[in-house]
Amino acid sequence: MYPSRFRYEAPRSLAEALDLLRTGDEAKVLAGGQSLVPLMKLRFAAPGLVVDINNVPGLAHHELDAEGNLHVGALCRHADLERSQLLKAVQPTMAAAAPLIADPIVRNRGTLVGSLCHADPQGDWASVVLALDGAIVAEGPAGRRTIAARDFVLGPFQNALAPDEIAVEAVIPAPRGTPAGGYLKLERRVGDFATVGVAVAVETQADMVTRAGIALTGVGGSTIEATDAEHALVGGALTPDRVAEAADLAAAAARPKTDHRGTAEFKRHLVRTFVVRALGRTGEEAA
Amino acid sequence: MTTVHEIHEEATGDVPIRRITITVNGERRVVECEPRLLLAHLLRQGLRLTGTHLGCDTTNCGACTVLVDGRAVKSCTMLAVQADGHEVTTVEGLATASELHPLQEGYREEHGLQCGFCTPGMMLSAKALLDENPDPSEEDVRWALSGNLCRCTGYQNIVKSVLWAAAKLRSE
Repeated sequence: MYPSRFRYEAPRSLAEALDLLRTGDEAKVLAGGQSLVPLMKLRFAAPGLVVDINNVPGLAHHELDAEGNLHVGALCRHADLERSQLLKAVQPTMAAAAPLIADPIVRNRGTLVGSLCHADPQGDWASVVLALDGAIVAEGPAGRRTIAARDFVLGPFQNALAPDEIAVEAVIPAPRGTPAGGYLKLERRVGDFATVGVAVAVETQADMVTRAGIALTGVGGSTIEATDAEHALVGGALTPDRVAEAADLAAAAARPKTDHRGTAEFKRHLVRTFVVRALGRTGEEAA
Repeated sequence: MTTVHEIHEEATGDVPIRRITITVNGERRVVECEPRLLLAHLLRQGLRLTGTHLGCDTTNCGACTVLVDGRAVKSCTMLAVQADGHEVTTVEGLATASELHPLQEGYREEHGLQCGFCTPGMMLSAKALLDENPDPSEEDVRWALSGNLCRCTGYQNIVKSVLWAAAKLRSE
């Protein structure tokens, strides 16, 4: 299979890339290409112009700023995050998710920001970034703007970017307490979509949960933020009772369907189990 | 110079052919191709390096795995023009004229090869692993090969072959 014809440009600066997008040629931005190229081969996508940003400098970073916010550039690969000592030290939810994205070969090319832009309702990073209350920074003709992850996805495969904007990085806000959590995923085999994925990100101060984020992958038509479960956790310690209550609320927030990956009941059960496991581990770490 | 024209569709005339330079198995190649040509097609049809196999053609199976600047990449999911200025290693680049690569020897010693279709991709994923980690555990090998499917399900012997190669490379 090969894509329909398109014009290809590989600009060497962000300004040049943005100029190309303004030509209005039904352009698509190509970073890792691990979703876009398959879509083009299947002819679900047929852009007139492909703007390959792989030669644009300054987008491959993942680093903390002075306030402790984590910035992940548009060319930071999943594999960079998987190997990152920084993530292991400061961001347990993302460190847990990185090795579970797709497969090792895809992780060498694919990017977190590209994955968010692709807006696949089954995407793992979308849940992780939502649970962490992250945002996407877009650059366009009018300058930069920041879009909260929860406002970024408009529908399946639809994001909030204007046609002349490029997502340049994702930003995860600095935790105010001690961060803990994880990403748990059941997949039938490596590289398959999640049967169920659960992202948990809590912050604690003196054993008290000050912030909680829980988001679900694969159990509805979109990424689901389990807000009731989050609220149930904030303001108390991670006691077994409170964890069980949050797990029940997260399971109630799921909208799973029975399909070839499992029954709705099974998936709901997995959500509950994964929340308990993620928070159970968190409780042990806090103790 | 190699000219690649294997996509036979009526040219619309407004899509420029691009000239790219890539180093394949140490040899510099200048190629003219359409932007939509996939790296896998350039290697197989354009450069006649048919050791790189196309299995699923949907980014799943890993049969088309090659190394781009030392990193394992699914060549069915990368445009040839994206390899401009980069180094590509295919399975043909493993052996020398007189000697097999230890991975290839390992496959022979441990019967890693059944139908052989997944073998080139497996070997290149394994090479990327061994270049980074010369002393992998069995778990490390399984993890590194988890993006490559063997439909003969001959995984046990593939893992043994890679561990054999790792030991051989360490003893050299």
